[in-house]
Amino acid sequence: MLEGIFVDGLIFSIMVIGVLISYRILDFADLTCDGSFATGAAVATMAIVNGTGLATALLLAFLAGAVAGVVTATIHNRLKVPGLLAGILTMTMLYSINIRILGGRANVPLLRIETLYTKFPQIFPMVSTPWALLIGTLLIVFIVKELIDVFFRTDLGISIGALGSNEQMIISMGIDPKLLKVIGMALSNALIALSGGLLAQYQGFADANLGQGMVVQGLAAIMIGEFLFDSNKISLITLRVILGAIIYKALMFLGRYYGYYINLTPSDLKLLTGILVIVSLIVAQTRNAASTADARKKALRRNKERREASMKEDGDA
Amino acid sequence: MLRIEQLSKVFYPGTVNEKTAIEYIDLDVRDGDFITVVGSNGSGKSTLFNLISGTYPVTGGKIILNGKDVTNSPEYRRAFTIGRIFQDPTKGTAAKMSIEDNMITAFKKGMKGLGISLNASKRGYFKEELKQLSMGLEDRLKDNVGLLSGGQRQALTLLMTVLSRPQMLLLDEHTAALDPRNAQIVMDLTTEFISRYRLTTLMVTHNMQHAIDFGNRLIMMDGGKIILDLSQEEKHSLTVPKLVKMFKSIKNQEYVSDEDLLTP
Repeated sequence: MLEGIFVDGLIFSIMVIGVLISYRILDFADLTCDGSFATGAAVATMAIVNGTGLATALLLAFLAGAVAGVVTATIHNRLKVPGLLAGILTMTMLYSINIRILGGRANVPLLRIETLYTKFPQIFPMVSTPWALLIGTLLIVFIVKELIDVFFRTDLGISIGALGSNEQMIISMGIDPKLLKVIGMALSNALIALSGGLLAQYQGFADANLGQGMVVQGLAAIMIGEFLFDSNKISLITLRVILGAIIYKALMFLGRYYGYYINLTPSDLKLLTGILVIVSLIVAQTRNAASTADARKKALRRNKERREASMKEDGDA
Repeated sequence: MLRIEQLSKVFYPGTVNEKTAIEYIDLDVRDGDFITVVGSNGSGKSTLFNLISGTYPVTGGKIILNGKDVTNSPEYRRAFTIGRIFQDPTKGTAAKMSIEDNMITAFKKGMKGLGISLNASKRGYFKEELKQLSMGLEDRLKDNVGLLSGGQRQALTLLMTVLSRPQMLLLDEHTAALDPRNAQIVMDLTTEFISRYRLTTLMVTHNMQHAIDFGNRLIMMDGGKIILDLSQEEKHSLTVPKLVKMFKSIKNQEYVSDEDLLTP
């Protein structure tokens, strides 16, 4: 059972890395996520059902997500509408598209068919099934994390980071910011869809409503991660995102498992997630204010000491 | 190097807010020119810079850069030739990234690939380059730029702009937001880089003394027009009071001619 939380959290963490790229690195408030997560699940499921093979299924999910990201970025670039609106447009359109992909149904099961998660116990026969699932998922997340870490150390990755921090600088360096946004959004949604593709295999079905509320859950995980430690290194940032995702899933598990003592139902979890994000924002704000106040106090004390020292010198002279 | 023909810019044309910011300007900037630009607020200096670098589309006229008509080419493409530094020190660097990441972005202009250029030899090169700023930044390559002071950030912006090897510099009051000491440091570095890399430069300044001391040419703008264009020789004997007097006499002439129109 404990392994289940970790598997859930690790699959979720790939999606959170996607949200991290749009929200934190590109500074692009993207809601496409709610749609592209389900798209990934739908594409992977239909590919597996039609017998394309597992690797191809995940690759197709990844590419479908990338296309969704390109659409959002293009709407934003060409029509000059805010990213938020562009994302909502794509997300809404994706809902219909996802049902089309699922062959006109809202839900397609993956029963009695080989998926990654039925295969993992065969690949790792020396451990029990839950552990095999955990090891397999961990491996996938590790590979994704390493690739993302390397990507954001390349010249292209660094310039995408710079774009989120200062668009004018990117223009001044002779780079088309629109093209960078397209690339960044494609990568972000590709990861989100990949995560959806994995989740569909883990839980054994794809659902058109799978993506609902994903953005907020992703933000909650990012913020939990940011409490853990502070860094500007990409490898530590992705690490803390993965940890944040697991902690978030653990919290939600506790809410589901022990919630009934205080009359919580599973439908209350969205409310809890929202409150979690709000509390995180408040704590971050107070912490910021406290450290500023502290720095000010220290500066005043240093000034005072310096003044006293110079007065003493004057007295001596 | 840069030729501007009959350039004009009208904001909000056809509305009650219509405002002519640039009125048929002609300007020929020769290779190696260092032109200082003065003029009161609203005289069109910044708009002129925004038009040259491509931030705003022009209303009429042509901008020719190195013999090529760039009037309609996007800002990021003109940036290959033009390096621009703003008054606001936060505009030239990415605060949330380290000094070395900022510098690697500036190192080569244009779209980046998947290579990893930031290696030990690049870091060594960046350290050497940062040393000439004498601000101790060479030991802080991994610090976020957001931690630097305004003066340090502007000096870094200047260095990054020069590293990207533009042919032309547009300096938009780039020392105005700094304290006098840092302004002096950044200004010294600017003249050093301009002469070392033979950069053609346009510099907007509100400091009349700077306008006279630096460069080989001085232009004064007012009401969206260039009202004075002084060469090196004419600048030689110039003093601040003389410059102010010239400005006033030109304004007066205009005023008088306006009056002529009113009297029958």
